[in-house]
Amino acid sequence: MKGMRIVIAKPGLDGHDRGAKVITRILRDAGHEVIYTGIRKTPDEINRIVMDEDADALGLSSLSGAHQVLIPKICQKLKDSGMNDIVVFAGGIIPDKDHENLFNSGVRAIFGPGTYSHAIIDFLSEANDRKIKHLPIGVGEDKGWRWS
Amino acid sequence: MALELNGGALLHSTLNGDRRSLGKLISKIESGFRPDIPPTKTWTLGVTGPPGVGKSTLIGALTSEWLKNGEKVAILAVDPSSPKSGGALLGDRMRMQGFDSSESVYIRSIATRNHPGGLSYSIAPMVDLLSAAGWTRIIIETVGSGQSQIRIIAFTDRILLVEGPDMGDIIQAEKAGILELADIVAINKSDIPSSHATFNSIKYSLDMNENSNTDIHLVSAITGEGISSLIYSIEACQHTGINNILRTKERLLSAWDSRLLSHPSLNDILVELDEGIMTLEQAVDLICKLEH
Repeated sequence: MKGMRIVIAKPGLDGHDRGAKVITRILRDAGHEVIYTGIRKTPDEINRIVMDEDADALGLSSLSGAHQVLIPKICQKLKDSGMNDIVVFAGGIIPDKDHENLFNSGVRAIFGPGTYSHAIIDFLSEANDRKIKHLPIGVGEDKGWRWS
Repeated sequence: MALELNGGALLHSTLNGDRRSLGKLISKIESGFRPDIPPTKTWTLGVTGPPGVGKSTLIGALTSEWLKNGEKVAILAVDPSSPKSGGALLGDRMRMQGFDSSESVYIRSIATRNHPGGLSYSIAPMVDLLSAAGWTRIIIETVGSGQSQIRIIAFTDRILLVEGPDMGDIIQAEKAGILELADIVAINKSDIPSSHATFNSIKYSLDMNENSNTDIHLVSAITGEGISSLIYSIEACQHTGINNILRTKERLLSAWDSRLLSHPSLNDILVELDEGIMTLEQAVDLICKLEH
């Protein structure tokens, strides 16, 4: 499999990035080029980084409880910038009851505590397959498919 | 709706200031595409040095100064790909905080991707593209370990070597390599006392060479000490000097490596070498003969 370019970002006032760093490492070892943004990024900054780095996918890590505000905002910015084809996935502390809202914003997968690393790798490999086959998978494309 | 433009259309929109097109076009160049870029006068600075000396942080400090002078700064931050997985962890931009939403700063992380002969052949068209798109200060950052990394910056107009405290032994090892190629040396982390020892030892080494016109500065990217005189040195450095022949040699070796590593008979020759059927000298003779 050809590796993807993936931005791993931590939006908002959230300094706990051990999880994001572990994910970054796992994805690198799976053959992806991973750009880690560092902590406390604004939606505008994340949007710009995804654009400048020409990323295929964006992973958002949130442990602060602000996911319901920040993640839909970032998804909207990507769509407003014409980056409808970016694959967005999320991780961290995101309660089940909030999942539907995030999926509706264009997020394709949400990974919580206890996730096995192969689940994230498998998701990205399927996302990449869908991209190649021109099936909807990006943040601004038809929302029928999600990882489960 | 994916942005599916051909190279010509991408070039057109890039030159009209569209940043998404710029990002896409750099990816295409990375995969071997060569757009027909209108020539411009480029300004490039190669920044190298051992891991952990603060290259990215220092580039961040320099960038702040350049922005004050109205420059547009593009940074190509090169990191190695894992030879095992092919993946890469690109973390340089997290050390360059505060520019992620600036219109006047473009930061692009680049993995070496184990290209034959290194990245050099892609870096040159990327620089031409950035320059044509209006970027006035183009910085290429590489870790200064391994010849292929040095060869990337051998394609820049001027080279800044960054060192840090407690690097005595490492400097000894590197002296013959990068120090000869550098136009300017910055010893970073002047806020840590042992950086002064590094400064003295490199200055001593430079002073031994009568022909050396390499500037050396003691700076701190964190406190800002010495940054303005470092900028002055960088701006004063024109693309001249005794280092040019050495640099041209690195470029030649880079072209040589690239030709060798993409040679169609390479694998057969490697197998015969491994099995002892051929000697190294015979292999070199054979490759040179096959070229013609």
